[in-house]
Amino acid sequence: MTLLDVENLCVKFPTRSGVFDAVRGVSFSLGRERLGIVGESGSGKSLTGRAILRLIRHPGVVTANHISLEGENLLQLSERQMRKVRGQRISMVMQDPKFSLNPVMRVGEQIVEACLQHEKISRNAAKLKAIEMLEAVSIRDSERVFNAYPHEMSGGMGQRIMIAMMLIPNPQILIADEPTSALDVSVQTQVLGIMDKLVRERGMGLIFISHDLNLVSAFCDRVLIMYGGRVVETCQADKLYEAKHPYTQGLLNSMPRLDTPVKRLQVLKRDASWMDGDIASDSDASGKAIGRSV
Amino acid sequence: MSANSNRHTASNADPGSQSGNAIEIADLSVWFGHGADRVDAVKSASFVLPRGASFGLVGESGSGKSTILRALTGLVKSWQGTMLVNGETLGRKRGKDFYRQVQMVFQDPYASLHPRHSVDQVLSETLSLHKFGDINDRVEKLLTDVGLGPQYRFRYPHQLSGGQRQRVAIARALAPSPSILLLDEPTSALDVSVQAEILNLLTDLREEQNLTYLMVSHNLAVVGHLCEQIAVMQNGEIVEILPVEDMRQLKSSHHYTQHLLEASMGYKST
Ligand SMILES: Nc1ncnc2c1ncn2[C@@H]1O[C@H](COP(=O)(O)OP(=O)(O)OP(=O)(O)O)[C@@H](O)[C@H]1O
Ligand SMILES: Nc1ncnc2c1ncn2[C@@H]1O[C@H](COP(=O)(O)OP(=O)(O)OP(=O)(O)O)[C@@H](O)[C@H]1O
Ligand SMILES: [Mg+2]
Ligand SMILES: [Mg+2]
Repeated sequence: MTLLDVENLCVKFPTRSGVFDAVRGVSFSLGRERLGIVGESGSGKSLTGRAILRLIRHPGVVTANHISLEGENLLQLSERQMRKVRGQRISMVMQDPKFSLNPVMRVGEQIVEACLQHEKISRNAAKLKAIEMLEAVSIRDSERVFNAYPHEMSGGMGQRIMIAMMLIPNPQILIADEPTSALDVSVQTQVLGIMDKLVRERGMGLIFISHDLNLVSAFCDRVLIMYGGRVVETCQADKLYEAKHPYTQGLLNSMPRLDTPVKRLQVLKRDASWMDGDIASDSDASGKAIGRSV
Repeated sequence: MSANSNRHTASNADPGSQSGNAIEIADLSVWFGHGADRVDAVKSASFVLPRGASFGLVGESGSGKSTILRALTGLVKSWQGTMLVNGETLGRKRGKDFYRQVQMVFQDPYASLHPRHSVDQVLSETLSLHKFGDINDRVEKLLTDVGLGPQYRFRYPHQLSGGQRQRVAIARALAPSPSILLLDEPTSALDVSVQAEILNLLTDLREEQNLTYLMVSHNLAVVGHLCEQIAVMQNGEIVEILPVEDMRQLKSSHHYTQHLLEASMGYKST
């Protein structure tokens, strides 16, 4: 079942030296599954996520044939309707978690506000729920964190707080932009477990943007690989290591490995043809979303 | 992005004594707040980095890794214990000389870049503060070194992707030609190909200029690639310091380290 269908998404920015095409014709669909997006720094991953939520600010321009959420084209909604989509149906964990929190409001209050906006419950019940959410993302001393300000949090604590906040509205789709990049592996496993459960038990669709190829390969169902504003390859996550596109292969070869030390890491020789050349895809994975049975 | 030997001209003024240690930390404790609100973020940490060493800090999220780096750079005032940099005991204040020798790449590149300063301003100001000449050429060189072309020179932080901002922060730290770099998750926002370029750059710089690195990362493969010694932190304490060879063979004497090493062997869905 398709939750989200994006066709020919483009994001452009006017610059001094002409128009910069940051996202160039991205198409994909998302079912009740875990869809990974990996790719070059600056390839348009975050902008794709923001564009879906119509969060690209002036002077950026977004175009697409459609961005359909269960058949409804988000591009045609009013800003007011769009705010509802953002608050309730699609959540996004931004790449800069602390930046998305209100710096002058205590962490707990922000989560409580989010709860109250979503559910008709008492302030006390919301507080209990907030503490519960913090504990769910492995925050050690949830009471202290509840009363703390965002700047008093470590990098990984900020990420986990954002994830907790974004899950409160029980969204149909979660777009998570590098959500676990500051987490040690054991906390990471915990947090991924929560997202995984939502996909399996509630049929949430997850877009998981990450640089961690091993993680994406193990955790996701399908992967889009982006380069220069385009999706250059789509594959099943567990087949990532058999990827065909030279960019993807180059990525796999440039990872350091704990068990096989090398003096210098292999670097990519970027080829101009990757910007516009063929798109590799494995037919199984590229077509319409393979829904996970729920 | 190759690092050639005439990268930056003047080498630093003799960085301190001949003791041979770049960083010595003994019995360092750092706390925030007081009374009932007190958080003991670092408890009695000790370690030594000889000049030219590369030392990794890994461990639990919230265990005090960033706090150690922030105490070293003078960003946290409430600490006790001893910290020496290039043989000199650190007090509460850090002068300009200190920042000429010691630079830090922050975990959160968005917060560490001024939103209304262009990349050019960030780098030029750092260079002129430390009295470098031919700023124009140096700015271009720094940008090239971190894999950002000169086309990014007049951008503002909000016009950059996460990884591009991270690279600006790395360029800024390299600008004064420091002898010690404190790196807080320097590559966690980068794709693995750019990560490889940055790690190679750091390897080259260290070889040419005998730089010393103190690096925090949750990525054990990255730490293993760059560092010879690794300290493992949990709940404010260094629970173990082990050589990289042991880490590679998953040999450790502490159960938390063992747990971390095993967990790093891959996400397993449950
Ligand atoms: N406001 C803007 N004006 C001009 N260019 C922009 C703007 N915002 C983003 N860009 C450019 O668009 C491109 C894509 O940015 P995006 O943030 O989507 O990259 P990304 O794939 O998320 O990269 P990373 O992995 O480094 O976070 C980048 O080259 C970036 O410099
Ligand atoms: N300014 C502050 N005020 C109060 N507490 C703080 C402050 N800065 C950090 N802390 C607390 O100190 C502890 C250690 O934080 P630190 O940032 O050093 O962790 P970390 O090991 O770097 O974690 P991460 O891997 O998640 O970045 C945390 O519990 C954090 O909440
Ligand atoms: Mg991004
Ligand atoms: Mg930290």
